[in-house]
Amino acid sequence: MSEAHIRVSGLRKSFGDVTAVDGISFDVMDGELFGFLGPNGAGKTTTINMLTGLARPDAGTITVGGIDCTNKMKSAQHLIGVVPDESNLYPELTGYDNLCFCGGLYGMRSSERKGRAVELLELFGLAGVAERKFSGYSRGMKRRLTIAAGIMHSPPILFLDEPTTGIDVQSARLTREILQELHRSGTTIFLTTHYIEEAERMCDRIAFMVNGLVVRVDSVSNLVKPVEGREVVQASVLGTEVPDLEILGDLFPDYGIGRAADGGIRIESTGKIDVGVVVRVLEDQGFDVAEVKRTALSLEDVFIRITGLEAGVMNK
Amino acid sequence: MVVLDNNDRKGKLFTAFMSILMKDMRAYYLKPPNISWGLLFPLVWTGMFFVKSGMGSENILSLLPGMVSISILFGTTSMLAVTVTFERKAKAFERLLLAPVPLGLLMFAKTSGAILFGIFNAFVPFLIGFILLTDFSAFVWEAIVPAVILIAAVSTFLAMFIAVSVSEVFEAQTFSNFFRFPMMFLCGLFFPVSELPDFLQPLSFLLPLTYGTDILHGAIAGNNMMPLSFDFLMMLLFILLLFVLALRNIHRKWVM
Ligand SMILES: Nc1ncnc2c1ncn2[C@@H]1O[C@H](COP(=O)(O)OP(=O)(O)OP(=O)(O)O)[C@@H](O)[C@H]1O
Ligand SMILES: [Mg+2]
Repeated sequence: MSEAHIRVSGLRKSFGDVTAVDGISFDVMDGELFGFLGPNGAGKTTTINMLTGLARPDAGTITVGGIDCTNKMKSAQHLIGVVPDESNLYPELTGYDNLCFCGGLYGMRSSERKGRAVELLELFGLAGVAERKFSGYSRGMKRRLTIAAGIMHSPPILFLDEPTTGIDVQSARLTREILQELHRSGTTIFLTTHYIEEAERMCDRIAFMVNGLVVRVDSVSNLVKPVEGREVVQASVLGTEVPDLEILGDLFPDYGIGRAADGGIRIESTGKIDVGVVVRVLEDQGFDVAEVKRTALSLEDVFIRITGLEAGVMNK
Repeated sequence: MVVLDNNDRKGKLFTAFMSILMKDMRAYYLKPPNISWGLLFPLVWTGMFFVKSGMGSENILSLLPGMVSISILFGTTSMLAVTVTFERKAKAFERLLLAPVPLGLLMFAKTSGAILFGIFNAFVPFLIGFILLTDFSAFVWEAIVPAVILIAAVSTFLAMFIAVSVSEVFEAQTFSNFFRFPMMFLCGLFFPVSELPDFLQPLSFLLPLTYGTDILHGAIAGNNMMPLSFDFLMMLLFILLLFVLALRNIHRKWVM
């Protein structure tokens, strides 16, 4: 991870009076797994389109793999693979033929294509439907084949636009595993996502994008530093009644008390929280404590602080 | 960084070109419904005209050039609407735009299928003429074959130019009819351009099909109105012009 593999400077793009990307700059290092995180309409897809040759920037420069390819993306397209947000394979071709066709576009020889297609169908769990037409695939299968098509020619740089959106847990996990494997083998990966947790778990560095602007680029560990050492305890109780937050607030003046997403309580503190005391207090009030979870503050909290967006806006 | 030497690069581009062409062949042109549709159209037209004007060899020779032109024109334009406009609508075209293949070569690959299909269609009227025992001995095949190829190319590129100017399949159809039907009338397909009203005649010379059909008239019955070399030159110029215009439009409109 030494030199910049993708270098973007002052990139800007408008559609009529909508400014989709408003002058962004960042570098993606060689071999890095770089995440682009932002809500709907932030400009993520527009950015990918400009970096891959599907859209022309209004201003700014792009360098990919050392090649200055501003306004001449064709010169770097042999280095990149793209997995778009919508599957764009041929409905009337089989999975296998789709992959072979994609390999052909990158000049792979026939024997090379066939071997690689079989290997990828196996890897993505699609060997059983290799001969089925793409139009007959389920959504998750389509997504997996689209990813396979993107890496058919083993590109050193891979762009993925929301690779895990709209597919089931198992497909998403398989996708993440394959991406991590590619990352380990040295592929530079640029992915966009709504899922903060996914970005936190997978990415080396993350760019927060809101309203066409990149508001922060940093490593996950740096991003979570401000909330490091802070602790959160979430407790859920049996039954329909919920603990009174005010009473708890009086009992624990040093802690921040709030309602958790699942209806239980959420306690936040700069230091260590004594879980035993929390359980005892709740039981004294007549509650049956079902579960107590101790977690660190997450990237989501950081994202909300930096962008000023409300919690939950990302996963909608 | 991956550095390709020149031969390697050429080989890869050739592979990409063939992949696109073969894919289109398999996905569109060689499908039984398309083959029969491609054959049916020239069959019906040719049959209709031949029957209407009597089966005499004279008649067939004067109708054949128009029949060949019209078969190519409709074959290529309707196919291109599918391979380009439809694919673009279905987003699959983006995959092509993402490939490390120059836009010009990409368009050439996408159009060569339609060109081949047009050439194939052109031979249906010849076949019917042959079955009707028309005397082919005076035909100048050295002119007919290149003329057929050029007509197929020019009408494909015209259709491509149309395809990049619209975004919906039905628009492509409507817009291409806007060109196709006047061309049947204005390009000397079934009666000489000189029989058109004076004010329409200049228009004929702005349409490529006039020159292509003129070559066929000359090569089949020896009644061309312009020198064949001039016709060929004009066809080549039109092909170049339409290709460049279409390419410029793609650059401007599709790489947004
Ligand atoms: N072709 C286009 N024409 C007009 N406006 C566009 C076009 N493409 C994008 N936009 C606008 O640009 C802005 C950014 O869109 P973009 O698709 O890049 O966002 P995104 O971050 O990918 O969102 P999502 O998470 O929903 O995919 C949006 O306001 C969108 O409406
Ligand atoms: Mg998007």
